[in-house]
Amino acid sequence: MTASKIVLNFPKDKIDKPVVYRLIKDFDLSFNIMKASITPDQEGHMVLELSGEAGNVDKGIKYLKEQGISVEPLSKDIRVNWDKCSQCTACVSICPTGALHIKDRATMEVAFDSEKCIACELCIKPCPPRAIEVHF
Amino acid sequence: MVKTIAEINEKIKAGKAVVVTAEEIIDIVAKKGIAAAAQEVDVVTTGTFGPMCSSGAYFNFGHTKPKIKAGGGKALLNGIPAYTGWAAVDLYIGATAVSEDDPCNVIHPGNFAYGGAHVIEDLVAGKDIRMQIEAYGTDCYPRKHLDSLINIKDLNEAVLFNSRNGYQNYNVAVNLSEKTIYTYLGTLKPKLGNANYCSAGQLSPLLNDPFYKTFGIGTRIWLGGAEGYIVWQGTQHNPHAPRTENGVPKRPSGTIAVIGDLKAMSPKWIKGVSLSGYGTSLNVGIGIPIPILDEEILKFVSVKDEDITCAVVDYSDSYPNGKPDVLGEVNYKQLKSGSIEVKGKKVPTSGLSSYKGALEIATDLKEKIEKGEFLLTQKVADLPCGDKAPKFGPLKERPVKEGK
Repeated sequence: MTASKIVLNFPKDKIDKPVVYRLIKDFDLSFNIMKASITPDQEGHMVLELSGEAGNVDKGIKYLKEQGISVEPLSKDIRVNWDKCSQCTACVSICPTGALHIKDRATMEVAFDSEKCIACELCIKPCPPRAIEVHF
Repeated sequence: MVKTIAEINEKIKAGKAVVVTAEEIIDIVAKKGIAAAAQEVDVVTTGTFGPMCSSGAYFNFGHTKPKIKAGGGKALLNGIPAYTGWAAVDLYIGATAVSEDDPCNVIHPGNFAYGGAHVIEDLVAGKDIRMQIEAYGTDCYPRKHLDSLINIKDLNEAVLFNSRNGYQNYNVAVNLSEKTIYTYLGTLKPKLGNANYCSAGQLSPLLNDPFYKTFGIGTRIWLGGAEGYIVWQGTQHNPHAPRTENGVPKRPSGTIAVIGDLKAMSPKWIKGVSLSGYGTSLNVGIGIPIPILDEEILKFVSVKDEDITCAVVDYSDSYPNGKPDVLGEVNYKQLKSGSIEVKGKKVPTSGLSSYKGALEIATDLKEKIEKGEFLLTQKVADLPCGDKAPKFGPLKERPVKEGK
């Protein structure tokens, strides 16, 4: 079993296609939709955790790409600019998954575990020095 | 055992002073006791690094040819309005100033990406700033328009001057309402979704000398990475707040007004911040050295996070409407543990003030004193404390009716 967090961007003409359903049906994958949205100009954006047999995850991702959907690993999405971060910890109680957390309660140092990040972006605006950046 | 500041300074000059941070002193006292620790330790350093809205900077940009008098006119620094009421070529820029074009909270919550605080940070960082001035022109100052880049290195004086910094303790903000609110204590999720605090606790300068015995007007401090001075009590200075048995205020209380050479400061410690839905503010780094003159002072500086209590306040109703209600009291050990209990619910906590930054400041100040680069000062006058200190109160509003 393997799990992979991916960011899908659907072009306008693909948002009505049941591609995620095909991932289950044809590739025996299970998934957890962490975020899904459709922009005003009708492009789709979805953050998905795919899990299943290693080979099947790769095949599923290949299938998505063949459908014209852009697939990026999620870890690329959110980054902390540590030069800007003031280590205030404002983000920590906002982050729903514990990706932004306190490494050591004695020093109160903030750390970011990108594996746990679901790119919900809730942390972006509560960060006073705007040190958390979204990269696509 | 009584030491004087002059004696401690002699030891600092000789490289023999024993200097520790307000965090380190806690263990020393636990191991050796008050009396022995007071004998051994000469100076305890404190620190704080958090948003301090009542901050700003003034500078003199030098006369132009022909001359212009900004006073009475309008001035913009990178589009942010500066105060011109100080005669010809002095400007003051406040941390919370925003551009006239900023939509602020028209679309709530506003982003407040750039304001006066960011102009100050950019100045300190040595970046060019666009200065636009519109003046009315006089016989002696005929010029009416100026649009020029300026840089801190070319300014005659550039001075950080903050009217209220270093708050001695602060509220813990929560939100009892059904919707997210956006405050100067950060984004607060509905129904007690989180709790935000803002103090360095056991490292915080004014919490380590709760009756302001060792510092006051004229005291040299660590400010923004350079040297600065306490010039007055800060606005809203309120030493009358209720205190615990150890003298530590349980509510927001004392404050200091500080001044220092902006040219010598670092953008790491003078940093513009954006508080969504509220506005801009300036993260200011401050450190105060506390001379261990006697055992009483040593006892004060050994204060621990668990000894410092503060009030949990609802920022959806009590705070904005000036109601005195408090939802409970917690201490900084609980706040720093990651959650507190409010109304029977476990609420995750976050700080707005950087403890890690505060520790770095206290450590830097300690090292400067150890190297003999920073000497202690005798205060010139006390900060108000005790029964005779002025009381801080709300506005006695006297509405003026139209036409009267």
